Amino acid sequence: MANKTYSFYPGCSSQNKASSSNYLVSTNSMCQKLGITLNEVPDWNCCGASIGYGGGGELPRIVLSARNLALSEQHNAGQDMVATCAACWLASREAKERLDHSPQMKADANEALKEAGLEYKGQAQARHMVEVLIEDIGYDALKAGVKKPLQGVKFAGYVGCQTNRPFGIAGESFENPLYLDNLVEAMGGEAVKSYDQKVTCCGGALAFSEPEKSQKQIKDIIESAYDHGADMIVTPCPLCQANVEIYQGEVNKRYGTKFNIPVTYYSQLITVAYGGTAAEAGLNGHVVAPAKLAEIAGK
Amino acid sequence: MAEQKVAAYICQGCGLGDRLDTADLAKIAQKEGKIAFAKEHEFLCNADGVQLIKNDIANEAVTHVVIGACSRRAKTEAFTFEGIHVSRANLREGVIWVRPDSDEHRETTQEMAADYIRMACAEAKKVKVPEVSPERGGNKRILVVGGGMSGMTAALEASKAGYQAVIVEKSGELGGWAAKLHKRIPFNEPFQDPQETGVAEMVAAIQADSNIKVYTNAVTSKTSGAPGRFSVEISQESGPTTTEEVGAIIQATGFTTYDIAKLPELGGGKSSNVVDQAGLEALMKAANGGAIKRPSDGGEVKTVVFVQCAGQRDDTGTHLPYCSGFCCATSVKQAMYFKDANPDVDTVVLYSDLRLPGNNEDFYRNAQRKGVTFSKGKVKSVEASGNQCKVQFHDLILNDENAAIADADLVVLATGQVPNSGTNIDLFQAAEAEALSGTNPDAEAKIAELKVVSVLNLQYRQGPDMPQLKHGFTDSHFICFPYETRRTGIYAAGPVRRPMDIAQATEDATGAAMKAIQAVENAAVGRAAHPRSGDLSYPSFRKEGCTQCKRCTVECPFGAINEDENRYPQFNEERCRRCGTCMGACPVRVISFENYSIDSIGSQIKAVDMPDEFSEKPRILILACENDAYPALDMAGMNRIEYNQFVRIIPVRCLGSVNTIFITDALNSGYDGVMLMGCKHGEDYQCHFVKGSELASYRMSKVDDTLKSMNMETERVATYEVAITDIERVPKLINEYAAKIEEIGMNPFKGF
Amino acid sequence: MSEMKYHNNFLKEVEERVEEGHMVKMCMQCGVCSGSCPFGPHWAHPPQELFMMIRAGKREEVLSSDSMWMCTSCYQCIVRCPRKLPITHIMHGLAYLAKREGLAPKGQPTAEFGQMFWDNLTKDGRVNELKLSLSLYFKDGFGQGVKNAMAMQSVGMGLMKAGRLNPMEILGGHKIKDKSGFHAMLKKAREIEDARRKLA
Repeated sequence: MANKTYSFYPGCSSQNKASSSNYLVSTNSMCQKLGITLNEVPDWNCCGASIGYGGGGELPRIVLSARNLALSEQHNAGQDMVATCAACWLASREAKERLDHSPQMKADANEALKEAGLEYKGQAQARHMVEVLIEDIGYDALKAGVKKPLQGVKFAGYVGCQTNRPFGIAGESFENPLYLDNLVEAMGGEAVKSYDQKVTCCGGALAFSEPEKSQKQIKDIIESAYDHGADMIVTPCPLCQANVEIYQGEVNKRYGTKFNIPVTYYSQLITVAYGGTAAEAGLNGHVVAPAKLAEIAGK
Repeated sequence: MAEQKVAAYICQGCGLGDRLDTADLAKIAQKEGKIAFAKEHEFLCNADGVQLIKNDIANEAVTHVVIGACSRRAKTEAFTFEGIHVSRANLREGVIWVRPDSDEHRETTQEMAADYIRMACAEAKKVKVPEVSPERGGNKRILVVGGGMSGMTAALEASKAGYQAVIVEKSGELGGWAAKLHKRIPFNEPFQDPQETGVAEMVAAIQADSNIKVYTNAVTSKTSGAPGRFSVEISQESGPTTTEEVGAIIQATGFTTYDIAKLPELGGGKSSNVVDQAGLEALMKAANGGAIKRPSDGGEVKTVVFVQCAGQRDDTGTHLPYCSGFCCATSVKQAMYFKDANPDVDTVVLYSDLRLPGNNEDFYRNAQRKGVTFSKGKVKSVEASGNQCKVQFHDLILNDENAAIADADLVVLATGQVPNSGTNIDLFQAAEAEALSGTNPDAEAKIAELKVVSVLNLQYRQGPDMPQLKHGFTDSHFICFPYETRRTGIYAAGPVRRPMDIAQATEDATGAAMKAIQAVENAAVGRAAHPRSGDLSYPSFRKEGCTQCKRCTVECPFGAINEDENRYPQFNEERCRRCGTCMGACPVRVISFENYSIDSIGSQIKAVDMPDEFSEKPRILILACENDAYPALDMAGMNRIEYNQFVRIIPVRCLGSVNTIFITDALNSGYDGVMLMGCKHGEDYQCHFVKGSELASYRMSKVDDTLKSMNMETERVATYEVAITDIERVPKLINEYAAKIEEIGMNPFKGF
Repeated sequence: MSEMKYHNNFLKEVEERVEEGHMVKMCMQCGVCSGSCPFGPHWAHPPQELFMMIRAGKREEVLSSDSMWMCTSCYQCIVRCPRKLPITHIMHGLAYLAKREGLAPKGQPTAEFGQMFWDNLTKDGRVNELKLSLSLYFKDGFGQGVKNAMAMQSVGMGLMKAGRLNPMEILGGHKIKDKSGFHAMLKKAREIEDARRKLA
C-alpha cells in the first residue's frame, strides 16, 4: 500500500486515558498497517466542539480551529490536516469555510491569531480519517489487504450526525449514507443495510445536560440495532461511541431494557481485519466488550 | 360524381392471416356485402399493398374502399386516398388482439371479423366523400374586442403572422389595467424586481402597424355571421356606427376589480388609507417617483400591511369563491415599491397561502431579502382610527388569535378579478323560455336587463354572448381546450377566460391569436376546427321532413344553428364542429352528413349476422365515442386485454350524435344489449363537444320508458362514462355487461 | 425596550448581533426544521416559530426562551432546509446573544454546561473531562453534586476500568504549551466580536 503522510489532529477525547483513547490506539494501529504516517499538529488545542458556542460565541470559537489550521500549515506544510473525531473535523472544516469565504472573518481571525504569533493562510485542507480511507485508498484497496475477514459478525453502521451533516462524505446522502456499511463489507463483515437509526442524533453534548431527553435517542439507536440482529454497532464519532456505549446501563434503568451491545470504531474493525491484536485494536478500552471482534483478533 | 364502386381489401399481416380465414372474409365482403370485388394481401399497409389499392382506384374506378386490417386509428396515412371514401373493419385491435388464440375460440373470433367486414361494407355503401360546403366566407381579418394587454398582444401577434386586426376598445385609450400600473411583476431573468409595463411601446407599435385598425370609445353593438364571414357593428361614443367584416373574433375584455366597498370589515370604503391593489398603483403613479403619502392626510407612510385573499377564496358564498392567482405576486411587487424607496418602511404581507408559482418564487425571495415580512395569518378586521388603521389577525404560525398591527398607515387589500364576460346566456335562455311560456310577466324586462351588459351582441339563437364555464368566466374547458369557447371562430383570452396576470394574459392572447388564424384558414376552405380538425362534412337536413321542433337549434353545443324566417334550421356550417349532436337530437331523423348519417350507422347495426335465440350467441352493440372510448378499446387491444366475443363496436363522433332510433333498430334487429360509451359529463366534463355526452345521457334516461313499453328489461341499454385512460376498465365493463345479458337472457324479439 | 409587534426592529437586531442572523428573513415557514429536530417535542418554540417571532418583533419571548438551548447540533435542519438557512448556527447565535444579554433562563442546564465547557477548554487549551464532569455534577451545590456523582458512579467506574477516565486528571491533565498566546488570542477574538456585535 502506498505510503501517505498527513498532518494529524487527534482531539481532546483521543488523548491518553481520555474517553476515546482507544480510538487513537486503533487509529495508530490501522494507519501503521495501511502505510499511513500521521504527523501530530504540535500544540493543537480543543476545537470547541458542538457546545462551545454557549460560552464562546462565534469568532472565539472559529479562532480555536484557525489556530490548529495555522499550526498545521506552519509545521506540517503541504499536508492535509486529518481529524478522527467528528466534532474536531466539523469544527475545523466549518471554520475553514467561514474563513475562506469571508475576508472580514479571516482578517478578524488573523488579528486574534497574531496575539499567539500565528497566521491562518488557508492552505491546509481539513479532512476526516474516513475520507482518507475512502478517497485516498479506496474500498477495493482496503479489501485487498484483509487478512482476517470479519466473517459472521453483523454490524449496525451508526453514522450519527457530524461526519454526515452538514458536509458529509462526498457522494453520500444525508438520509442514508452507506460508507460505514461499505467499510464493514470491505472488511468481510455483514452490514445491517436497513438500520433505520443510522443518522439519528445521540443527543451530543446534551447527553450530559439533558440526560432524559438524550437517553430516548440512545434507546432508539440501540433498539433498532437489536431489532435488525446486529452483533455490535460501529461508528466514526467518539461522542456517539461514548454516549451509546456508556449510557446503556442508565437507559436500561430508565426503560427497563437489557441492552448490552458493544459500540466500536471502524478503525478497530480494520485493525482486527488486518491481523492486529486485541490490544492494538484497543478492544480492551470498552465498557461493553466487543467479544466477537476479540475472538477474531485472537485467532 | 362517378358511380359508386366498392372494393374490399383484407390484410393478412400482423397475425391476421394466421388467426383468421381471410379468404372467407373476402368472400363474405363480396357476397354478403354486395360489393364489386374483394382482395387479400399479405401486408396491406406496405408500399405494395397500398399500390394495389391505388391501381384499382385508377384502373377499376373504385370509389369506396373497405380495409379489413387494423383500427381506423392506425396507418391513416397509408390508407388515405384523395377523393376516395375508406371504411375500416377493425380486425386487429378489435378482434384478434382481444381474443385468445386457441382452437376453441377460432369460430367466434372469425364471426367477429366477418361481422366487422359486413359492417364496413354496409357503411361504405351509405356514405360519400364530403364536398366542401358552398357556404363559406373567406374573410381573414381578426377582430379583437378589448385593448388591454391581452387584446393588444393578440392584435400584434396576428399582425406579425400576416393577418389584419381590428381592435375595439371601450375606453378612450389602449392599455387597459396594465397602463394603470407603475410597474409589473417581473417576467424575465432574473425575476428579482418589478419591471416596466411596456404598455407605451406596445401602443406605439400598434399605432405604427398598418395591419391594425383601432376603434376607441367603441363597443361591438351587433355581431352576426360565422367564421370567415362575421359582420360586426362597431358603435363609437358620439360617433358613427361602422360595420367591419372579419373572419374571427377574440374577446379580450379583461376584468373588473372586486369592489372593496363590499369588504367593510376589512376597512373597504371606510378609510382612504385602505385601498385595493389598483388603488395602490394609482397612489404610486400619483407620487410620480416620490414616496407614497398617506391618503388621509399626506403623512409619511411608515407601516404598510397587505391583506391577501381579500374577498377571495370565500367559502361562505358572500364573496369570490376563487383565487385570482396574480395577487400574491402583486403584493410582493407593491411591498417592493416601499422597500426600494425606503428600506425602513415596515411592510407586512398577511397571507393564508402564498401562491407564487414558477419564477415568482425568485421574486418572493428577493422581497424577503429586502426585508418584507410575510406572515401566515387570517385577517379578522381592519379598523381605522385617525390616520392609522389597526389590523387584527389570527397569526397561524404562532397560533396567536389576538395578533395585531396597530399603526398601519396604509392597508392594501388584495382583491380579485371579476371577468367582463357579458350576458350570462344561461339566465338569458331561462328568461326567454319564461317569456315564451308566459310563466313570468317580468321575463321581457329581465331579458333586456341581461342584454345590457352584452359584449358581443351576437345575433345567435342561443344568446348574445358566449357560454360561461365557472364563476362567470368565458371558457369551455380549463385544461383541454384553452381559448376554445363554445362559439366557433370566437376565442377568449386573458382574465375574461380565467383570472391571471400580465405574463399569462400575454401567453393566452398569443394562443388565442393562433386559434383565430386557424379558424379563418379553416373557414376559407370549409374545414372543421378542433376536435374534428380538417373534416369537410357538414350537416344538412331534409326540409320536407322537418317539423320545426327546434331540438337541433336548442341542443347544438356550439350555437351553430339559427332559425330562418320560416323557422327552419339554418346551419351556419362554419360555426359547426361536426359532432352530430343535431343528428342525434332530431326526432324525425332528417339531419345527416354526407359521410355520417342515421343510415350509415343504422346499416352497420343491421349488417351484423344475427344468430337465432337458441345459438347461445348473444349480440351486444357498443356505440363508442371516437374521442375517448374507442381509443381506450383500441389500447385494450394493444395491451392484449381480452373482452367478450359477442360485442360489435361502432365508433360514433360523439355520444350526442346517437339517435334513439339506433337503440330501437338494434333491439328490433335482435341485439340482446346496447352499451353506450361516452365521455364524462357534468362538472369536470371530458366531452370533446362539451355537451354531447350530457345530452346523450339525458336522452337515454328516456329510453327506459320505451323499453318498458316494449316489455323489455331496462338493463338492455346501458350508458357508461369512459375516459381514454380506461384501458383496463373498458374490457371489464364489457365482460360484466355480457355476464349481465347472459343472466337476463336473450332478446325476445330475436328472429321477428 | 418597548416591543413593536410585526415591525422589523428585532429582525434588524438579530441581523446585526446574531451569528448568521441575516438569513432569518429568508425563512419561508415550511416547518421542515421543526419536524426534523430530534428534540423537536422539547422546544417550546421550534426554529420555524422562532423565525416568525423574530419577524413579529417578539424580542423578550425569543431571547428568554429555552428553546434554542435544545439544539444538539445534529445539523438535520440545515441539510433539510429548502431555503438553506444555517439554522443550527442561528440557534447557537440566538442562544449566545440571550446569554450575553442576561435573558437566558436561569439554571438552563445546557446554557450552564456550555459555559463550563468553554471555561474548561480555554483554561488549558484542551478539555479536562474529569473536571468537566465534576463541575457539571456539582453545579447545583455540593450535596446535589455528591448525589449526581454517586448516581453516575457506575458510568465513571466503567470508563475508568476501560482506561478512558483518569482520576489523576484532577491534579492537572492535558494542556497546551503556549497557554499565554492562546489566552491572548481568545481575548482579542472576544474583543473584536463584542465590538462588532455590540455585546457588553
